[in-house]
Amino acid sequence: MRLARILDWLVERWRLLAVIVLVIMTLLVVADFAIEPSYQRYPWDGLGGFGALYGFISCIVIIVVSKALGYAFLYRPDDYYDEKQDQDD
Amino acid sequence: MIEWIHPSLLLIIGALGIPLLRGRARQVWQLVLPTLFLLSILSLDHGSFGQINFMGMELTAGRVDALSLVFAYVFAIILIIGAIYGLHVDDWVQHTAAFCYGASAIGVVLAGDLVTLYVFWELMVITSVWLIWRRKSDVSMAAGMRYLLVHALGGVLLLAGIVMYYQSTGSIAFEQIQIGGPAFYLILTAFLLNAAVPPLHAWLADAYPESTITGAIFLSALTTKTAVYTLIRGFPGTELLVWMGAVMALYGVVYAVLANDIRRLLAYHIISQVGYMVAGVGMGTVMALNGASAHAFTHILYKSLLFMGAGAVIHMTGKSRLSELGGLYRYMPWTFVLYMIGGFSISAFPLFSGFVSKTMVVEAAAADYRPVIFLMLLCASAGTFLHTGLKLPWFTFMGKDSGLRPKEAPANMLLAMAIAAFLCVFIGVFPGYLYALLPAPVEYNAYTTGHVLKELQLLLFTGLGFFILLRHVGGENKVAVDTDWIYRGGGKRATIAVRDRISLANRMSRDWFMGILSTSLVYLNRHHGRDGKLARSWPTGSMAFWVVVLLAWLLIFGIDQH
Repeated sequence: MRLARILDWLVERWRLLAVIVLVIMTLLVVADFAIEPSYQRYPWDGLGGFGALYGFISCIVIIVVSKALGYAFLYRPDDYYDEKQDQDD
Repeated sequence: MIEWIHPSLLLIIGALGIPLLRGRARQVWQLVLPTLFLLSILSLDHGSFGQINFMGMELTAGRVDALSLVFAYVFAIILIIGAIYGLHVDDWVQHTAAFCYGASAIGVVLAGDLVTLYVFWELMVITSVWLIWRRKSDVSMAAGMRYLLVHALGGVLLLAGIVMYYQSTGSIAFEQIQIGGPAFYLILTAFLLNAAVPPLHAWLADAYPESTITGAIFLSALTTKTAVYTLIRGFPGTELLVWMGAVMALYGVVYAVLANDIRRLLAYHIISQVGYMVAGVGMGTVMALNGASAHAFTHILYKSLLFMGAGAVIHMTGKSRLSELGGLYRYMPWTFVLYMIGGFSISAFPLFSGFVSKTMVVEAAAADYRPVIFLMLLCASAGTFLHTGLKLPWFTFMGKDSGLRPKEAPANMLLAMAIAAFLCVFIGVFPGYLYALLPAPVEYNAYTTGHVLKELQLLLFTGLGFFILLRHVGGENKVAVDTDWIYRGGGKRATIAVRDRISLANRMSRDWFMGILSTSLVYLNRHHGRDGKLARSWPTGSMAFWVVVLLAWLLIFGIDQH
């Protein structure tokens, strides 16, 4: 399987890939500061790196809030609805 | 004289041929039929067709305009893709049901009046439920039954709404619903139920993960999107929908965090994505309605691709839980790569289809000056990438090695996924072709520096957050209760408790009554029974005694009177 070998090759170099992605992310934020904002509608439109900040915070908030809701209210044991027992086919 | 034949009718007749065919012949027909159907949809002219007068009501089976065609095209495309994906499945019930289901969905989007719409609406329910039941497990039988009952309720609401609408307007034409009162809300509620808007959404996340591998493709594409179509047609600019849509987009994201079953995670992301469309309908601006239509189109393609990828994993490994999967990229590399194209599309990466449609809805919110909605939708975008683009593939294809050594999925599955993936990339790179199909001319350009920059920042930094919290985002062997708890958990228990109370009360009152009855029987028996005082045969001696008493009484008191 050629594709599997290509993927393996990439996975072996994950450190390098991670560095490349981090460099791209830095450049995006830098570029955002440099480029004139295309809209002036909201207070955050002129803010460089707003997308990055908002994305990061959203991600953390989503995970923390959802898991908190899960543990506090929503999670039940796997066999809570008792018909679930033959789930694995 | 027949001057116009409904394409859905042709498809249903064609689908009835499937049970008669076996083996290769069935497979060929399964490909030819939807292809012919797509051609018949492509050949439709704008206008109103198939008008008949039925009991004094003017029915229009075919109203063909830009809005109905956007949906009809993508439904027809997905029938072909789904047919290829399910080619290896030897189960005529599923295939027939899938085509009839597709025909009904197109019947809904072509319906020019509410009665025709209602008929196809109900037909969708009774055809689609077979795609769940044919999984043939106890779980899917129960889930299918719940699916059927919930939609039966929705159908009743719709019918009641249509009757009231007809009574107050005298028309059954399906246009924007402009009267207030119960008719408006009944029809709206029925549409919202099919669009899976919380709290009426639980049927989707309950039933779709239990459906057959191939049936899920049709389910994920058709029911919710016909509902989006009916909302665009009937309720554009309904302010309530803006908020429901934005909440819905986040609601699906929260439950996707908690999901462990891969198709349940995807099902919750249908809810999240349909949230964008519902919000777009609520805004009601030209750009928002275009965005909602465009997003429905791209959504059907990428979501079916994602369901096909997840289905291929379940088909090859027999496992559906993130906690049991991992490290599959080596064994199913094509499934992985094609899935990721769907993942990038739903996450709205530039050059993938979601980018050209989702950003249109988000931009419409910004242009309509709705900062809170804008931020909510942006947050849901981050959540989408987090789960569908990162969590699911990471814990399925990467991550720890689960020890599973499956083969790559069958060629027909990969081909179907490749077609969907091609369309996702094609639309992402050449959005003009999609924009040309939309109901109104498009003035929006997705590929401005500002949009691309903002979107890439949002997504890549979401990725950063994911890898920082990697240890906490995996699937857990738990179920997260949702509003279906009302009829599966607490409500079910409450109903059982009430039933037990009633039967207990019934038994107690019966016992009490029987107790009284038997006590009085004993009493009666004592007095009126064979040996009772009143039934005894009296000896003549006692008779003579009582006569003496009577006479004595008369002698003492009676004579004294006179």
